[in-house]
Amino acid sequence: MTEGVALLTVFVLAVFVGFEVVSKVSSTLHTPLMSGANAIHGVILVGAVIVAGTADEAGVLVVALIAVVLATLNLVGGFVVTDRMLEMFGARRPEAAAKDGAE
Amino acid sequence: MIAVWAQVCYVVAAVCFILALKGLSSPKTARRGNLVGAFGALLAVVVTFIAYDIDNLGWILLAVAFGAVGGAMGARRVAMTAMPQLVALFNGVGGGAAALVALLELSEPARAGITRPAGFGDDGWFAYSPLAESGGHTESEILRMVDLLSTGTLTATAFTVLIGAVSFSGSTVTFLKLQELMTGRPITFPGGPIVFGAVLVAAVGLGLWAVATGSVTLAIILALVGLLAGVLLVLPVGGADVPIVISLLNAFTGLAVAAGGYVLENALLLVAGTLVGASGTILTRAMAHAMGRSVSSILFGAFKGGSTAG
Repeated sequence: MTEGVALLTVFVLAVFVGFEVVSKVSSTLHTPLMSGANAIHGVILVGAVIVAGTADEAGVLVVALIAVVLATLNLVGGFVVTDRMLEMFGARRPEAAAKDGAE
Repeated sequence: MIAVWAQVCYVVAAVCFILALKGLSSPKTARRGNLVGAFGALLAVVVTFIAYDIDNLGWILLAVAFGAVGGAMGARRVAMTAMPQLVALFNGVGGGAAALVALLELSEPARAGITRPAGFGDDGWFAYSPLAESGGHTESEILRMVDLLSTGTLTATAFTVLIGAVSFSGSTVTFLKLQELMTGRPITFPGGPIVFGAVLVAAVGLGLWAVATGSVTLAIILALVGLLAGVLLVLPVGGADVPIVISLLNAFTGLAVAAGGYVLENALLLVAGTLVGASGTILTRAMAHAMGRSVSSILFGAFKGGSTAG
């Protein structure tokens, strides 16, 4: 039970961090930020791998492997598509991209 | 419980996710932020393979390779104008994965012959009586399965199954709308709000029932009701409002992943999912605000004829 309370504490603190961290997002970045956040929850792949790694029946393994494929699509596709969006963003503003690259 | 070094790596990954969201909030740091997030995810997955006792390794790596190639190719090849629907699709499959993970975790005690007596009390070793027959499991495995059937964990399981299913079907419908495989206009029908309300009530009732019994069958029915709720949620939303609903469903998937982290006792999933759930909520409000609309008017506006026809 204390384990549960510890996780609840982490949850509540993470809610505030999540609110705070995006509070000043500029409106041009709404879509890339959504896409980046979307990629981050693809980390459910960790859960899918754990479940698939303990599967001891063929049926369970098949469902778990489907979850692994879906989660990987989310994770890898999410980060790649976000990078492409931001690539376009940089191309539209060459001076900002050049400054960014020089740092 | 996994090794301490692995948990420390999970903390590093969680920090990477926070820095990624922070970086993505500003034009100058956005691209770097995304890379930091990708690094955190890679670290988390590699650590999971090493720290946990993973069977079926070949199959899992094959599935990861399949998903990675498919995801990367889809993301590379998609036309710029089609990116929002691709994000919707990726969001949906993430929600689906979360729901499947929770269902599989729930099925574990049942397959070992451990059941929960109906009710919401967790007193005592309610599951100990059939433990004698559940041969082949170590004591810590059995304790873990008993814990999976505790009221708190079952609540998180039901939440993940329901919200993951809503996100999966809702995102699929938004994908179909944006891809113009179905009309982008709001779809309403007489009594729509009443049907939607009834489905929500049914979902909550089924969820409570599933928690009280720990039944896998009820959890699967709950997932099906969630799929229906997701479709009904998104059908009345049209045109320019669809991206805002994708953002909302993105926050939903985040919360489903967070609850999945509670079920698996995995702090990284809990933190990552919660970060996305919280920041996604703020982002949804900001997006709606930028269009001069409110989230409730988008979700329920079509019933009053207020949604954009696109």
